Amino acid sequence: MNEFASQHPILVVALPKIVVLLLVLLTSLAYLTWFERKVVAHIQSRWGPYRVGPHGLLQPLADGVKFLFKEDVTPAGADKFVYFLAPFLSLSLAITSIAVIPFGPKEFTVFGQPTPLAITNLNIGLLVLFAITSMGVYGVALAGWSSNSKYPLLGGLRSSAQMISYELALTMSVVGVILMAGTFNLSEIVMSQQGFHWGFLPRWNLIGGPMPQLLGFLLFFTAAVAETNRAPFDLAEAESELVAGFHTEYASFKFAMFFMAEYSSMITVSCLATILFFGGWLSPFPQTAAFAWAHYIPAAAFALAGLALIFYGIRYLTMFGRVVLPVLGVVLGALALLFIRPGVTEFVQGPFWFLLKVVFFLFVYVWVRGTLPRLRYDQLMGFGWKLLLPLSILNVVITSLAIVLTQR
Amino acid sequence: MTPQIAVFLVLAAMAVAGAVSLILQRHPIHSALSLIVVMVSLAGLYLLLGAEFIAAVQIIVYGGAIMVLFVFVIMLLNAGEEERTNVSRMARFVGVPLGVMFLLEVAYWIARATSHLAPPAAQLVSTRDLSTLLFREYVFPFELTSFLILIALLGALVLARREDSD
Repeated sequence: MNEFASQHPILVVALPKIVVLLLVLLTSLAYLTWFERKVVAHIQSRWGPYRVGPHGLLQPLADGVKFLFKEDVTPAGADKFVYFLAPFLSLSLAITSIAVIPFGPKEFTVFGQPTPLAITNLNIGLLVLFAITSMGVYGVALAGWSSNSKYPLLGGLRSSAQMISYELALTMSVVGVILMAGTFNLSEIVMSQQGFHWGFLPRWNLIGGPMPQLLGFLLFFTAAVAETNRAPFDLAEAESELVAGFHTEYASFKFAMFFMAEYSSMITVSCLATILFFGGWLSPFPQTAAFAWAHYIPAAAFALAGLALIFYGIRYLTMFGRVVLPVLGVVLGALALLFIRPGVTEFVQGPFWFLLKVVFFLFVYVWVRGTLPRLRYDQLMGFGWKLLLPLSILNVVITSLAIVLTQR
Repeated sequence: MTPQIAVFLVLAAMAVAGAVSLILQRHPIHSALSLIVVMVSLAGLYLLLGAEFIAAVQIIVYGGAIMVLFVFVIMLLNAGEEERTNVSRMARFVGVPLGVMFLLEVAYWIARATSHLAPPAAQLVSTRDLSTLLFREYVFPFELTSFLILIALLGALVLARREDSD
């Protein structure tokens, strides 16, 4: 088997990794919808999904089945080929971008083949992500055009104008990070953020380096929210003016594909924000003897969550919930026990901190949507061109100056 | 047949098919989509030659920004399908033979030139080397080009401005 693996590394290592990551990604996409509905509901003092499964945990499944069985209508006079192409383009591009994201520092071994914790580790990882983002506009623009209907056309036009405008600010805002790291490779960008100020404050790009990238981060995240067409920049699907914008005429699973593409880009942007500004998989605690306990945080967090689930679950309203929630709790507890084992503890550190930060950014995404009103169209354009872009250029100038001055 | 040649053939076929479809499509949007296919296949070819930075920039600038503007303008003007007219007599008797001759000439010179070309670089050309070259060795032409683009931009702005605004 090892011999076969060394001859066909793509077949044995890369393909299983792709399949596993795709399964994980699609599942988390489904549960991201649940997460968003729950958080927005609680922001608005509602309960959110509650009926399908305990706390609505089976709602994504029900939604998926519903999407599959809805009638798939094609509007009269639609450009058939482009109409079918648009959702495929959106979803495949959005999912592809996950392939260059590194989830942890450690290499692991599959049949004697060491391989990084990412599908691929590219020297131009960041550029590939921007290339994919720049192609992502087509999905929305073509969907709007091919539907042969006025609201989608307006939505498509708006979003292409918006995405072109904010792409500039998005790209310029990360130049500071690239200047400080000196590379486009995402793993190396993370590694450049190692170390601590005064022994406890991590030197992540947000607060470290020759020039802290706080401004860069704010610009990046704002532009990224706009680039993914999310509230308060969701002019492309402003329901009060355009029904549903570019996907008004889409039904059934083609609509679901747009939906999944949007959530997938949210995950990519959160991963990117984590990698570029928040130290990626690096732990916020120094690797010194005084902070040795920090290694058990993943296990402790899982154990606490598991205990809470069991404690709360056995008193849940429905019989089904009283079974499912404690079982979930036991699974989390078992994972916690697994995490204490010597080899595993080291391995889970990276992915744990990485995913924790990603979940935080996903929460911010939903939080922003739940609290901020939508911008008017001219405000949106003015904001992008007259504020974000000049500020991001300023950030590049200041950062380059700081780097030149500190290198003397 | 090595994998490189197989990938090259696939990408080249895609590029040529996209280019032919670009001319034959009747609808402007379909033509624009064909052009995007050409751009992306070219990026793949650059990648095959070991120029990863150029490949990424090809997609970002040409595949992304410029073609999005094309599509945007076509959508904004709501351009309809083109109508086919008969080929004019001038084109049939003078244009087509001249075009074929030109193509043959280009093919001949390319065939002569490539018969003694070195094989493509074995390893990837790093972005660092490329930028050192661009910003040290060729910094003057580089800055000059940016001025040229700026002038074109200002010119477009002046032309687009309405008379009554000043």
